[in-house]
Parts: sequence; C-alpha cells; structure tokens
Amino acid sequence: MSNEMISSTADTNILPVSESGEIVFERVSKSFTTNTNPAVDQVSVKIPAGDLVVLLGPSGCGKTTLLKMVNRLYEPDSGKIWMGGKEIHTLPVNELRRQIGYVIQQVGLFPHMTIQKNISIVPHLLGWEEKQIIDRLEMLMQLIGLPVSYLPRYPRQLSGGEQQRVGLARALAADPEILLMDEPFAAVDAINRERLQSELIDLHGKLNKTILFVTHDVEEAFRLATKIIVMRAGKLVQYGTPLELVTQPENEFIEDLLGSSNILRKLSLVNVNSILKARKNQSIFTGGSQPVERPGTVLHPEDDLRSVVSLLLCSGRDSLPVKDSENHLLGTVGYSDLREMLISNLPSE
Amino acid sequence: MELLQDAFQYYINNQSFFWNATRQHLVLSSFAMVISLLIALPIGIWIAKRTGIAQVVINIFNAFRVVPSLAILFLALPYLGLGFFPSLIALTVLAFPPVLINTYTGIRGVDAFTIEAATGMGMTKTQVMTKIEIPLAIPAIVTGIRIASVEVISSATLASFIGGGGLGDFITRGFALYDVPIMLVGAIPVALLALSSESFWSLFLRRYQVPEN
Repeated sequence: MSNEMISSTADTNILPVSESGEIVFERVSKSFTTNTNPAVDQVSVKIPAGDLVVLLGPSGCGKTTLLKMVNRLYEPDSGKIWMGGKEIHTLPVNELRRQIGYVIQQVGLFPHMTIQKNISIVPHLLGWEEKQIIDRLEMLMQLIGLPVSYLPRYPRQLSGGEQQRVGLARALAADPEILLMDEPFAAVDAINRERLQSELIDLHGKLNKTILFVTHDVEEAFRLATKIIVMRAGKLVQYGTPLELVTQPENEFIEDLLGSSNILRKLSLVNVNSILKARKNQSIFTGGSQPVERPGTVLHPEDDLRSVVSLLLCSGRDSLPVKDSENHLLGTVGYSDLREMLISNLPSE
Repeated sequence: MELLQDAFQYYINNQSFFWNATRQHLVLSSFAMVISLLIALPIGIWIAKRTGIAQVVINIFNAFRVVPSLAILFLALPYLGLGFFPSLIALTVLAFPPVLINTYTGIRGVDAFTIEAATGMGMTKTQVMTKIEIPLAIPAIVTGIRIASVEVISSATLASFIGGGGLGDFITRGFALYDVPIMLVGAIPVALLALSSESFWSLFLRRYQVPEN
C-alpha cells in the first residue's frame, strides 16, 4: 500500500511552470577522449526548486561530471540542461556561473586574499556597490556563524571547518538560486563534517536554495538529501527520497550500496523526519493527536531510525514524541512505523 | 688588515674613478635586469598555458645557462664590438633563465582546485590570470628575480674585459698590476651590492607573504 503512495507523491512534484531554481537535465551525455565509455550517459532528471539533491555513487560514476555541466566547466556532447526554464547555453558562460554558487572539495579559497575579499569576489564581478557588499558580508558571516573580526584574516589562519564555512559564504555571496557542492566536506575530519552537515541542513531550511551536492559517502547522502540520485557508470540508477531508496531499492546495486541486507544499517540511513514527511504525504498524519506530554525521552527530526530503536528499547514505550529545536511537537514515531517501513521492503517472493 | 688599509687608501685617492665605476656597474646591472624582466616575464606567463611550446622555450634558455657568462661576453665581442652595449646584451641573456623558469613553474604550480574555483565563480581567463595565478606565483617569480639579480651583479664585473666598465675595472687592473688592494676595491663593493640585492628581495618576499596563523 505504502509503495503506491510513495510513487504517486513523487509524480506530484513535477510542476507545470518551472521555478528559477529548477534544474532539468534532458538526455545529457558526455564522453572524455581518454575513455571509451561515456562519463555521463543519457541522463534525464528534474531537480525541483528548493530541494537538496545529492548525487551519490562510486568514484568515476559521472556524478561530478554531471554537476560540472551545470556551470559549464564541462560541456555536454549531447542533450540539454535547463536552469529555471532557460537552456543554459543561451546565457554567456561567465554570466551563468556568477548566478550559481559553487563550493568545491579543497574549499578553493584564495590563499592570497582575506576572507572579506574571498567572499566578495562574485559581488565585485557583478559590479555591486561597496555599501551593498559590506551589508551582505555582515549578513553572511552571521549566517555561517563566524565573527565579523575574521574578515581581515587570511584563509590559512582559519581551521578547516571555518574555511569550509567561508567557502559556503562565498558561494552564497551574490544570493544565487542554485548551489553546486562538489564533495565539499570530504577533506574535513569526522567531527567537523557532522557539524557542517547539520549546519547545511539548517541553512537549506532557512534559505530555500536548490542545492546539488556530490558525494560518495552513503551516510552523508542520506543525512542531507531531500532526494538522492544514485549513479553508476554514467547512468542514473535511481532517483528518490532516502526513504524510497531504502524501502524500494531499484536493483541489487542500490541494495549493495545501502547494505540493505543489514536491517540496522538500513535504519541508520533514514531519519525521523523522512518518516514524518512520508506520513504527511499519505495524509494519514496522526502525529498531532498525541497531546499527552510526558517528561522523558524525546526524538529529534534529524535522529536516525537506528538510534530511535535504541531509544525506544531504553524508554520501554511503544512510541516517542518528536520535537524540533524550538520544542514544538511534530508527531510521534514508534515501533509500528519501523515495522511498516521494513515490511514494505520484504523481498517479493 | 694591512690589505684593507691599502685598499681604503687607494679608494681615497681614486674617489671619482670609484664612484664612476660603481655607477656604471649599477646602471649596467639594473638595465640588464629591467630588459630581461620585460622580455622573460611575459614569455614565462605566456608559455605557462602552453606546455608544448614551454618545453622548447625552456630548453633553449637552459642551453644559454650552460654557457659561462664570460664565454657569452666573448661570443658577443665579434658581433657587437666592445663597450657598454655588448656587456648589456650578455648580462640580459644571463638573467633570462632564472626569471623565465621561475615564472613558468610559479604559475604552473598554482593549485588546480584554486583555478577551478575561480573559473567556476565566473571569472574570465584574464581575471583568473591577473587576480589569481600571477599573485599566487609572485613568491616563485621574485625568487627568480633574486637569483638573476645576484648573478647579474656579480657577472657585471666581467664586463670590464670587453670594455663595459664597472667595478670589474678595479679587479682587472689589480690583477694586471698584481696588486691585491686594488682588486679588493672592486671585489668588496660587488660582494656588498650582491648581498644587499639578495636581502632586498628577501625582505620584499617576507612582506608579501601571507601571515601564518
């Protein structure tokens, strides 16, 4: 039953009018002369405005190539790419790039420029006025949680995590509709990476930008994504929400990627929020009807289901309330949800 | 000690000759440096994006490097004659390789990710070159200039052999007369000039360098 529900909701995302942050790939292919197999092979996909879509796959699967075709660092051999209803090749290349925020793996901050200069590059290229740039700088520093006193410093004087935040601020400087992020947290240590991931989720919630995020890290993909595109050997294998991928893997490749034979591993990939969202889509949202507020264990939307299991076991209850950071009750999640999710994924024998 | 006193005495007696020679030395060295920078810097920047041509150009200039500076002076002699001009040519050629090669490697050495970030942000090729690549290559380029300037200042003494003047005149004269104090009047200022040029560029680099931590 839930299978039908989920697939039908996926279709409703296709809007008749394209918003400015929407990206559409139409049978896009790209080969490199050094390799006979195409790096990207006939990929068609629509990225709705305001979504955080993760491109996931092993190295060499074409995810970075696909990303770099959006800001035309690579040109497709065939196919078309649309951004907000405009074919990207109709725009002058540098004009296009200045409309897109770009964050890369090695941060790519310019070591000879202060933080201030680094962040204000694109506004300068766009010819903003100095006053406007200063205001924007203050706002951005606040957004990424760094003090304004950092502005005259050089990138080398900042920690890796701080540099990555500045990289994000630089990408957001000219307020682009679209952010491209190419394995931005790969070079950051595990603790900082998790912190940066949470901050990105927060930021995405606040700013409503379309984010296209490349990673080979399955956990990272499932933590961040509203939708995931799984790629393999240049082809799109599956496109869906984290919950859809876990409950309805398209083929063995996806199952292997997620380690789907291991139930606990699978639970660790899905968070409370996806359960709440899926339930909302099924319009049998019952969460609000739980007014009894007992003190004790509370779940958070970003908790993964594996820790939910352990919290449920520890609390001895059948379900636990979910609250957001402002302590609003969002609903409840319990054993029944987990069971339902797992049942929907039983091998069809 | 006595040698130094004798040398100082010689300087006192020949002050106008000494300062004239020093001026010649400086003019020769700095002209040679300026001309070689005007030629080698643009070539270095231009070949940095053209690996194929770069190898050929660098090999040609490296070949010049193998030829001793004295030999370049005497090779210039039959074609350019005696005096200031052939000395200038020889010293200019001498300064080429370090400037050219350091410019080339400095620009090539800029992190590919940095350039990709700049391009991806919408900078034009010229903007990437002038705002990112050249500023980041400055330490390497200045090191090349430093090496070249020391080489040029010390080799300018040889200009005296083909009548180019400079502090080398004292060295050749002292050598001919077998008079060590006269040689010192030429050698000590040359050494001081080379050292001060070296320290000038080192200081320049230290000021340019981005602070660490």
